[in-house]
Amino acid sequence: MADFLEIEDVSRHFRNIRAVDHVSLTVRKGEFYSLLGPSGCGKTTLLRMLAGFERPDTGRIRLDGRDITDLPPHKRTVNTIFQNYALLPHLTVRQNIAFGLQVQKKMPRKEIDEAVDRMLSLVQLESQADKKPGLLSGGQKQRVAVGRALILQPQVLLLDEPLAALDLKLRQKMLMELDLIHDQVGITFIYVTHDQGEAMSLSDRIAVMNNGRIEQVGKPAEIYEAPRSSFVAAFIGDTNFFEGQVLELVGDEYSRLNISGFADLVCFNDKKISAGNPVFLSIRPEKFHIGRNRPELSPKHNIVRGRVEDIIYLGGMTKYWVQAEGHKISITRQHSRFFLDEEPIRWNDDVWVWWHADDGFMLERYSEADENLVSLPPDASGTAETAQ
Amino acid sequence: MTGGRKNGEWAVTAPTFVWLTLLFVIPTFLVFTIVFKPSDPYGGIGSGWTLRTLFSLGNPNYPAILWRTAWLSALTTALCLALAVPTGYCMARTDRRFRNTLLLLVIIPFMTSFLVRIFAWKVLLHPEGLIKRGLVLLGLAHSDTSLLYTPGAVLLVMVYTSLPFAILPVFAAAEKFDFHLIEAARDLGATHAGAFFRVFIPGISRALFTSVLVVLIPCLGSYVIPDVVGGPNSEMLGNKIAQRTFSDRNLPHASGLSAILTLAVLIPMVWVVLSQRKRETGGGGSILKDIV
Ligand SMILES: Nc1ncnc2c1ncn2[C@@H]1O[C@H](COP(=O)(O)OP(=O)(O)O)[C@@H](O)[C@H]1O
Ligand SMILES: [Mg+2]
Repeated sequence: MADFLEIEDVSRHFRNIRAVDHVSLTVRKGEFYSLLGPSGCGKTTLLRMLAGFERPDTGRIRLDGRDITDLPPHKRTVNTIFQNYALLPHLTVRQNIAFGLQVQKKMPRKEIDEAVDRMLSLVQLESQADKKPGLLSGGQKQRVAVGRALILQPQVLLLDEPLAALDLKLRQKMLMELDLIHDQVGITFIYVTHDQGEAMSLSDRIAVMNNGRIEQVGKPAEIYEAPRSSFVAAFIGDTNFFEGQVLELVGDEYSRLNISGFADLVCFNDKKISAGNPVFLSIRPEKFHIGRNRPELSPKHNIVRGRVEDIIYLGGMTKYWVQAEGHKISITRQHSRFFLDEEPIRWNDDVWVWWHADDGFMLERYSEADENLVSLPPDASGTAETAQ
Repeated sequence: MTGGRKNGEWAVTAPTFVWLTLLFVIPTFLVFTIVFKPSDPYGGIGSGWTLRTLFSLGNPNYPAILWRTAWLSALTTALCLALAVPTGYCMARTDRRFRNTLLLLVIIPFMTSFLVRIFAWKVLLHPEGLIKRGLVLLGLAHSDTSLLYTPGAVLLVMVYTSLPFAILPVFAAAEKFDFHLIEAARDLGATHAGAFFRVFIPGISRALFTSVLVVLIPCLGSYVIPDVVGGPNSEMLGNKIAQRTFSDRNLPHASGLSAILTLAVLIPMVWVVLSQRKRETGGGGSILKDIV
């Protein structure tokens, strides 16, 4: 499908802050596209440039083949769900939803009324139609904001952390509603969030942002399974970082690595990093296996010996921190079944930790700062916070 | 239901009630009573009751003065709002550091006596004054026309003295106004002007009402300004009341004029508040709560 929304080399700075730094993205028609990144990384600024509230310092924005970079907000066929909804407090729900059609004077009053009625039923607010926004719950306000934007049939709907103001249960409910609405209306959604769970569950594609730049763009699974940078690996889900060196290539896709303390490891190396080069490896906690006895393993597996330092039981799973040759490895295991006769792993047990060569992922970019995003054992996290 | 709760409410509203009674209800009541008293030759109030004053209020000169008082005050209010709204909007949108300076500039005139400022205008508007000579120099006025002692001069000085009172409520509301709402309106297709009139103005409507009251009411009763910069053709009701009190020493007559003024303010206000209360069954209190 052709690129529908093109963001080309767009930058925006505020005094000495580079809020958005040479960002290029393309979004397809009808796509649910997420901008995911920590607070302050420039997501809102990028969105505001799409809506027309900020002018980019450099770059162009094209929508459906038309350059909209210099168009004022009211001339763009783009609508926004604001972070705090920004409902007009002096108007009722019905008037809020009708507002756009009324100011644009696109249709006679009777048609506006009909369109508003249809929208009220789509966002399930018929019974609240004559209330002022001040009397609505968080979820209802959000629905008004959605209805008010969708009634204009925008080409792109921009959503700036629309669920951030809601509590957890409601957030999950609204998440499903948004997904449903997206399927019904087929409009392109650009969804800004700092919550990886939201982005993962809704998006067709995700652009991960950090410090005003795009770190990686991909499907949720790509982002999670094949992170390119240490930031992506640590910000989305949890991970372990290992620093090492390539010893030799093994076959087409694998290589042998030297990581201090461990015997030679075998690792997937699709990037063909040649021998002698330093590498940074990311391995997700759930990719590790842990056991008291050494299992039979294929040559594509790596195994190291360690001692359990910390265990947290989380109900659905258990988190272990294992000290192995100077590395602190975080491991999570799901309990598929609880064996009464099996002796559980305890603190200070000596254990084997093993993983498949394909489960380690070599990073293209590594920054030490991203170590702070990795979860730490409970005793260590206190000291880490004070150190910041 | 319980007596305790009733007593509690009483305790909370009692100070307001006492204040209103002492400073508003009793004086107003006195003014209205004096209308029905005869005047005595020494400028006091005689004994007994009479309706003579009431009939004498039918003086053929009064309608013109009343009308002038009304339109001068209304025009002053309108001009003040027209100036205060953009001023308050701009002040609220300027950088926080600069905002306090602007606020200070608005308040500075209060540091000089009201009378001094009015006399300063007299100097400025005087035939030999700066403004007059400037206008003549620019060919905008003939050297024979008088700026002083006209309704225009009264209007100008009334706007000047009332403007800060109109700006302050607007500024206070604009500072609290959520400007994201303007962006939301723009996002939904409103132009700059559309967003301003459909979102900003309704958003500060209470402050506008406050501004109207604090400008209009003093204007209706003003007498120093028309006295100093106005002439015989710009006399207002306040001047007449002063004249009846100090020159004619006819207190009942002055009271009659004051009563007219009070009713002229009170009746529309009660009407506005009542209709407001009817409309706002859902949220918020009455507008007057913000003011009182
Ligand atoms: N109007 C502004 N003036 C100054 N700095 C701003 C402004 N808007 C955003 N910034 C700065 O730009 C950076 C990115 O902000 P923002 O786009 O809001 O991030 P996000 O939405 O990802 O949290 C932040 O450092 C923020 O402080
Ligand atoms: Mg933001």
